[in-house]
Amino acid sequence: MDIIMECKNVTYSYPLTKKPAIKELNLKLERGKFYGVIGENGSGKTTLCAVLRGFAPSFYKGEIEGEVLVEGKKIGEYGGELAKKIGFVFQNPFTQISGVKDTVFEEVAYGLENFGVPAGEIERRVIDVMRMTDIEHLAEKSPFELSGGQMQRVALASVIVLEPDLLIIDEPTSQLDPEGTESVFAIIQKMKEKHKTIVLVEHKIDLIAEYADEVLVFKDGAMIASGDKKEILSDMSLLEQGAALPQVAILGRKLQEKGLPLSTIPVTEKQAVEVIAEALKERKR
Amino acid sequence: MRDLILKDVSFSYPGGFLAVDNINMEIKAGENVAIVGQNGAGKTTTVKMMNGLLKPTAGDVLIGDMNTKNYTTAQVSRVVGYVFQNPDDQIFHSTVEGEVRYGPKTMKLSPEEEDRRVNDALKITGMDIYKDENPLNLPLSMRKFVTIAAVIAMGTEILIFDEPTAGQDIEGNKRLSEILKVLHEQGKTVITISHDMEFVASNFARVIVMAKKKVVRFGTPQEIFWDFKSLEHAMLKQPYVSRVCKELGIEGNIIDIDGAVEAIMSR
Repeated sequence: MDIIMECKNVTYSYPLTKKPAIKELNLKLERGKFYGVIGENGSGKTTLCAVLRGFAPSFYKGEIEGEVLVEGKKIGEYGGELAKKIGFVFQNPFTQISGVKDTVFEEVAYGLENFGVPAGEIERRVIDVMRMTDIEHLAEKSPFELSGGQMQRVALASVIVLEPDLLIIDEPTSQLDPEGTESVFAIIQKMKEKHKTIVLVEHKIDLIAEYADEVLVFKDGAMIASGDKKEILSDMSLLEQGAALPQVAILGRKLQEKGLPLSTIPVTEKQAVEVIAEALKERKR
Repeated sequence: MRDLILKDVSFSYPGGFLAVDNINMEIKAGENVAIVGQNGAGKTTTVKMMNGLLKPTAGDVLIGDMNTKNYTTAQVSRVVGYVFQNPDDQIFHSTVEGEVRYGPKTMKLSPEEEDRRVNDALKITGMDIYKDENPLNLPLSMRKFVTIAAVIAMGTEILIFDEPTAGQDIEGNKRLSEILKVLHEQGKTVITISHDMEFVASNFARVIVMAKKKVVRFGTPQEIFWDFKSLEHAMLKQPYVSRVCKELGIEGNIIDIDGAVEAIMSR
């Protein structure tokens, strides 16, 4: 296994708090995999993102125990080059926008400029990414004239243009309509095809079920479950822990309870159609 | 209690950007209505006209016989409460209770009535346990409930919630459902914008679809979520269970899990 990041018994508390926001976390992230992070609000999902990027404790201060390793090296030993390795998309897009650039094009180019990328290459990469995130038409607008949904896409573009190995994305679709949400997942899928590792916090569980490889479930700062999405998202006991499960999984479970012989609890729409159709056929026999 | 009527309403922002193009709506007193549609469809502009924050550049917004054109925003907001999409556009007090009390305080109520309204609003939204907290110390999803409580405390007959489901977990969505139920029982008219089709399917009697600055269709969730032409035009999707039922060829305009279970088991 090619492990890009590892947390060894990590406990983290924000300054002036007694209760840790992340408790005794042991986690290995495998390169090229897409991890969906779920759990109720206040369960530690956003703090996890901050720990994986090193912002907790380097920026937020507070107390950390245990070890966070990036490609085997302690995260605290990296300097500026960490920004090239790990991309971070904030929950609130207003936090992401630099505030020093006049247009969306310049905003998306800002990170590459800081990395000293040649001008011609910057232009090519920025145009590619703006096309992919469907914000080309906003190129000349001020970042502050955008709607919440547009700003979320600009924030995402400004990070993926850097082509980091690991992308940490915190609720990128909260302001988006269903179409916009699907397009963000499609972009993340493309990043996965480029063998990037992805950590995504998201409440839209049906889309996690569709796209993610593994699911991490948090509650009260602890990771209470982790593993293959199929296994995790069909575990009905997680509903009692404040985690959401896909609509089709709940449907599948209720059908089983009524006596329909489903071979498995589906987690995606396609699986649901297959297993229900099969069970209906089975019942007729 | 008054009906809310939008008659041939358009709105252009200063500078000429047309955001709403000649729409008509009739919302009866006591109705519980959802507005769905893409980002940029004109939903927020429409509801801001309902509460007088914006005045139509053509047509009329009528609350009973009250034409918003002839009243100030402050006057209209006594009848129609509006919960902003971004709670931080609305919060400016240092405690949750202070935030919720601010509105009723301006209304010169008796101290008992003022207390009753504040306490009721805190209780309905579950914010009573946070009443002494600084709202800015609460997570975004909770700040939304603070602003909902602040608007409920105003006691308006019509309430508008702009994307209350954004960023909510299942507990938050459950709490929203309960709030909608309580307000409905009190006879309030509630208009909610949401991108969450499951939430819309299970909480509203009527749905308004908007697309490209216009109203596409009014209907029950059963009608709307099986009207593929309207859904496609508005770039919306069916709820997940409806999609599964469609693929399985199950009829009956299913929009929720319990409906799907019943229909599938009776096959």
